[in-house]
Parts: sequence; structure tokens; C-alpha cells
Amino acid sequence: MSKLWKEFSKGLWKDLPPFKVVLGLCPVLAVTKTADNGFGMGLAVIFVLTMSNVLVSIFRKIIPPKVRIACFIVIAASLVVSVELLMQAFAYPLYQQLGIFVPLIVVNCIILGRAEAFASKNPILLSAVDGLGMGIGFTISLTLLGGIRELFGYGTLFGTRIMPEHYKPFSFMVEAPGAFVCLGLMLSAMNIFTSWQARRKGQAVLDNPGHECRSCGICSR
Amino acid sequence: MKEYFLLFISAIFVNNIVLAQYLGNCPFIGTSKKISVAIGMGSAVVFVATMSASITWAVQEYLLDPMGLQYLQTLTFILVIASLVQFVEMFLKKAVPPLYKSLGIFLPLITTNCAVMGIAIICQREEFSFIKTVAFSFACGMGFMLALIVLSAIRERIEVSRTPKSMKGTPIALIMAGLMSLAFFAFKGMI
Repeated sequence: MSKLWKEFSKGLWKDLPPFKVVLGLCPVLAVTKTADNGFGMGLAVIFVLTMSNVLVSIFRKIIPPKVRIACFIVIAASLVVSVELLMQAFAYPLYQQLGIFVPLIVVNCIILGRAEAFASKNPILLSAVDGLGMGIGFTISLTLLGGIRELFGYGTLFGTRIMPEHYKPFSFMVEAPGAFVCLGLMLSAMNIFTSWQARRKGQAVLDNPGHECRSCGICSR
Repeated sequence: MKEYFLLFISAIFVNNIVLAQYLGNCPFIGTSKKISVAIGMGSAVVFVATMSASITWAVQEYLLDPMGLQYLQTLTFILVIASLVQFVEMFLKKAVPPLYKSLGIFLPLITTNCAVMGIAIICQREEFSFIKTVAFSFACGMGFMLALIVLSAIRERIEVSRTPKSMKGTPIALIMAGLMSLAFFAFKGMI
């Protein structure tokens, strides 16, 4: 039980994507104009990530190591196709909002990275929990980023007005430059917090996590 | 002719694939530490994006559309791109070893580069003709390369200057990308 909790909670704080593990930036920047969109994207990623981890883990003994990446991609792609069809059926407005980024979940490094680094080596239950934790962490980050951008860019949060009437929307935040700057500031705030925490505990202060795909072995074939 | 010129300008500057459409951000941040690496990655993307967009165009036109299998688009495209990348890697290794030496390490990275798949999907959504697809995907690749090289040049300077400790590395690169994207906004008035 404690092992399950450890794998689950890892995605919520220790390896929180995209702040601790800087992966999968495109959806993070693109769909976080509003908190709603970020949350919807996060839900889609939770589904694909958990299911792909489970499937990869089921087939981990059958998949030949040489063509494993191709197999992971096929598994992820078929799940993404089902998400696309489900979204078209039940959440069409969201599907239109997310646009091209729904099919692009398949090339999200987080999914292939978890398949390669975790699910292909661990039993089914652990992999499912790992995928769920990472997915929930990703959703929280996306919703947070979306919330901040929406709050300053439109003055609303989840569509309800928060800022006072005379607040002039800071539309920089919902355009492309705002996405980059906002994520950069949040990453640096995370770094400040991590080093403060380490210093309080008396541990060595580590360097900032770089953008290295450390949990993804695809490129180092 | 004018139409193609506008397509080029709009794909490279106005709707830059990285700075305005948020595609391919992982390699944009990941491989922009050095100019030489950025040039290699950029040219690999130009090459693969053009080829994959033209092949996926043909697949969509002659395979998926006649059979009514449009819902398999995502699955087919990623498979085509993955096998194309593998094939290009093998071909370059055998036929053009010097080119393989400079581009080889970037090719596996490209499979999971959403810019390549994104360009192929945009071409389908906009319903471009074949010639237009080739021109558009080439221009988008050039836009990616331009943004990557400019950012890597900025980052080489930033590396030696004083930045706040918490900003070192990825955060400052993202903020620089934001400022670049703001600068590219100025091109919006051109067309």
C-alpha cells in the first residue's frame, strides 16, 4: 500500500510535470488560455496516460525490445483516437477549443516517457497508479497556469467574473508571449521554493532542473 | 506566385510555428543551448517536416479518404512519421555519412516533435493542394529553424551574463522565447 502511495504521490509533487520534469510543453503553453481548457486537456491526458501505462505494462513481456518505441506509439495513438471520438461525441465545444492539440497528445513526451521509463518495467497496478498520479499532477499544473492566465487576461476564472468591474484585462497574458513568460516565471518560482525547502532541511541546494528528458529514453537509443 | 509568397511570409514570420502556434516547444527549449546544435536540429526538422507532410498528404488523399477512414488520421500519421524518420536515418547512414554525422542524433528526437505532426495535420485541416502542402511545410520548417537559431544565439549570450539564480536554465529561456514571440507579433500587421 505504501509503495502504491509513493508511486502515486510522486506525480503530484516530486516529479510534478511540467514544473519538476520539464516535459510536454506544447499543450501546457497552447491550451491554457482559460482554466477550463487546461482542465479538459488534463482530463484527456489522464485517460490516455493511465490506459497507455496499463496496456504497455500488460504487453511488456511480449513487446520485442527493438521495436518497443513503435509499439508504444501505436498504443498511445489508438487511445488518442478513442479520446478524439469520445470528445467529438460528448464534449464538442471543448474539442473545438483544443483543436489540433487533441491529436497531438500522441506525441506528448510525458506519455512515451512514462511508458519507456516506468510501465515497461513494472506490474500493471503500479503502472496504472503511476500514470494516474502523473496525469493528475499534469491536470493540476495546467489548471493552475490556465487560471492565472485567465484571471489576468480576461478577469474571470472558470468563466465567472472575479476581478472588479473597472479592471482592464491584461490581454498580453492570453496571447502567445504571455504563455511563455508566465510559464517561465512559474518555473522560477518553483525553483526558489525548492531551494528554500532544501536549505531549511539542511540539504544541499540542487541546480535547477534543466530541460532534459531524463525520464524519457526515446532519444538515447 | 503572389499567393505562394504570402504563404511563405505568413508561415515563417506571422504565424511562426513555435512562437505563434505553440508547436514543437520541447525541442525549441531543449536543443537551443548552442548555435551549432540548433542549426543541425533546425535543418533536420525542415527536411523531415517537408517529406512527412507530402507523404501524409498522399496517404490521406489516396488511402484514407477513398476508404472513409478519416478517423484513423492520427494513428496513420504518427506511424508514417515514425517509419519515415527511421527510414531517413538508415538511408543517411548508408548514403550520406557526413550529413548523418551532423543530423543523425536529432532524427530520433523528431518522432516526438509535435511540430512535424502538427504541420501535417494543419495541411489537412486547411485542405491544401499538394504543391501548397510542400511549400507550406517547408516554410513552417524554416520558421522553426529561424526561431531556434535566434533563441540559441540569445541563450549563448545569456549563459555568460548574470541572471538570478532561480532563473538559470529553462525559466530564462522561456522568458526570452516570450519576448521573441512579442517581437514576432509586430509582423502581424504585414499581411
